Amino acid sequence: MELLSLLSAGEITSVEVTQGYLDQISAEDGAVGAFLHADVDLALSKAAEVDRRRQANEPLGRLAGLPVAVKDVLCDTQMPATCASRMLENFRPPYDSTVVAKLKEADAVLIGRTNMDEFAMGGSTENSAYQLTRNPWDLERAPGGSSGGAAACVAARMAPLSIGTDTGGSIRQPAGLCGVVGLKPTYGRVSRYGLVAFASSLDQVGPLALNVADAALLLETIAGHDPLDSTSLDEPLPAYSTLVERPLEGLRLGIVREHFAEGLNPEVEEAVRAAVAVYESLGATVKEISLPHSKYAVATYYVIAPSEASSNLARYDGIHYGHRTDISAMQAELATEQKAFLAAGDQIAVDNMDSPLVRMYRRTRAEGFGSEVKRRIMLGTYALSAGYYDAYYLKALKVRRLIRQDFDAAFEEVDLIAGPVTAEPAFKLGQMSGDPLAMYLVDLYTVSANLAGLPGISLPCGFTTSGLPIGLQLQAAPLAEETLIRGARMFEQATDWHQRRPEKKQS
Amino acid sequence: MALSRDDVEKVALLARLQLSEAELDTLTDELAQIVTYVDQLAEVDTGDVEPMAHAVELSNVFAADGVRPSLPREQALANAPAHNERGYLVPAVLGD
Repeated sequence: MELLSLLSAGEITSVEVTQGYLDQISAEDGAVGAFLHADVDLALSKAAEVDRRRQANEPLGRLAGLPVAVKDVLCDTQMPATCASRMLENFRPPYDSTVVAKLKEADAVLIGRTNMDEFAMGGSTENSAYQLTRNPWDLERAPGGSSGGAAACVAARMAPLSIGTDTGGSIRQPAGLCGVVGLKPTYGRVSRYGLVAFASSLDQVGPLALNVADAALLLETIAGHDPLDSTSLDEPLPAYSTLVERPLEGLRLGIVREHFAEGLNPEVEEAVRAAVAVYESLGATVKEISLPHSKYAVATYYVIAPSEASSNLARYDGIHYGHRTDISAMQAELATEQKAFLAAGDQIAVDNMDSPLVRMYRRTRAEGFGSEVKRRIMLGTYALSAGYYDAYYLKALKVRRLIRQDFDAAFEEVDLIAGPVTAEPAFKLGQMSGDPLAMYLVDLYTVSANLAGLPGISLPCGFTTSGLPIGLQLQAAPLAEETLIRGARMFEQATDWHQRRPEKKQS
Repeated sequence: MALSRDDVEKVALLARLQLSEAELDTLTDELAQIVTYVDQLAEVDTGDVEPMAHAVELSNVFAADGVRPSLPREQALANAPAHNERGYLVPAVLGD
């Protein structure tokens, strides 16, 4: 990474670099809204510390002095972690997540916390309880989500690197819509310790950057086994940051027949097919494959993810941490209800009334959660409830295995699967509101990687005639991140889509 | 499977959510639409298929059975909406 070379050669100081990005945040973020929280003093003091240690020739971490933005869902004792929810408005993490601890160990300058859909539920960042984030390429459009702030801050050059999370496409989709690189690692590659849980069998932390080499560097920094996350994989960690520069010989690239079905925007299709042609010109062989169960991926996902979410979010009870409803208002509400039922002579209603504790939970959660979070908790609670568990949750787990088996068979024949990230380029803000199902269907091409646990990457592969970025998605077999980044870097070296940048928003 | 407003009300209690009348109406429509979409899973033949709960099917990950420091009580309580020096404070559970 060029910036890192300049820093380590002493040609530029971390304070200068950090101040440069902070200036860019001051100039652009009023329009973009990528950051929920930026701690200028903390960032500059860390930068000064790195500069001082560098001057004294002390050993420094891998990212020494480089600013990194973090999605507001990973615990950091020095920052808030709101998950863009009212529920956690005043929450201060008592410990660092492993990813944040690794970034601190690498001497990165943690420059701020990025906006997201509340609890990472959504694909537009419009579900944030605090603010809208706008797509730097067109401020009338959504940046995607849920890591919308993470993608937008990189696209608008407000941070060189950023950390996102991906449960159904939440790194790859905003990366695609904002024209940056976003990588979702294999499930278990990166520790989830200290990541506020949405759907624990699907959540993964990953890097966003302006190019594949930078993403590889950030991945190498945050990946690895962690005894604090029992689902993290105890596997060797390749040197991604150096391996990334080695092009793949004899690459076998798979194209999924089902990806090019109706509903794919023609400009997106054209860009993706042109990207495949670039690979052919680089010596890759292209093979059409089929993932017959991929059409069930969204339905499977929207049973499993809300089910896990409804269980995970049960922890927001107004007792341990987070918002609690006003107790005297709650008691007054119950008293008024009881009086009305008694006046009507309705003893059954009186007997069925919520206890004060249950009403405290219910009001707390009603006040603390936004509508999408409530919708998913309801959906998950329904799918897990007696009488529906087999038909929905268990059924979805079985289809999940079929989806994984499709990929296992495909990766016998090909090294990478190439396709679109989304069927359409960035949509307008508000376009999807009021139609949750339409919003869910945006995840069509991304959710199956989460269900199967595979790594996937989104990288820029073109622009629409109206100037919106188009993303290319590559997917690889579990733990084949090395193949994924080397293959992605090959394309990036042969094209210049990743070098375009949006116009300045404010001067 | 049609989803009724009564079902939604029951699920809201299970989910410990208080929903307004308007929210109940909207959610009944939205959840019915989503559940109808999800119902397409029924057409998949999953006769001999084992459910897959996790992408990486590890089993028996053990940690050493030793005493380790944990979060100090003061820090564990620091984010609680109501607490004293010893524990969390909750509304009366068994009435007055």
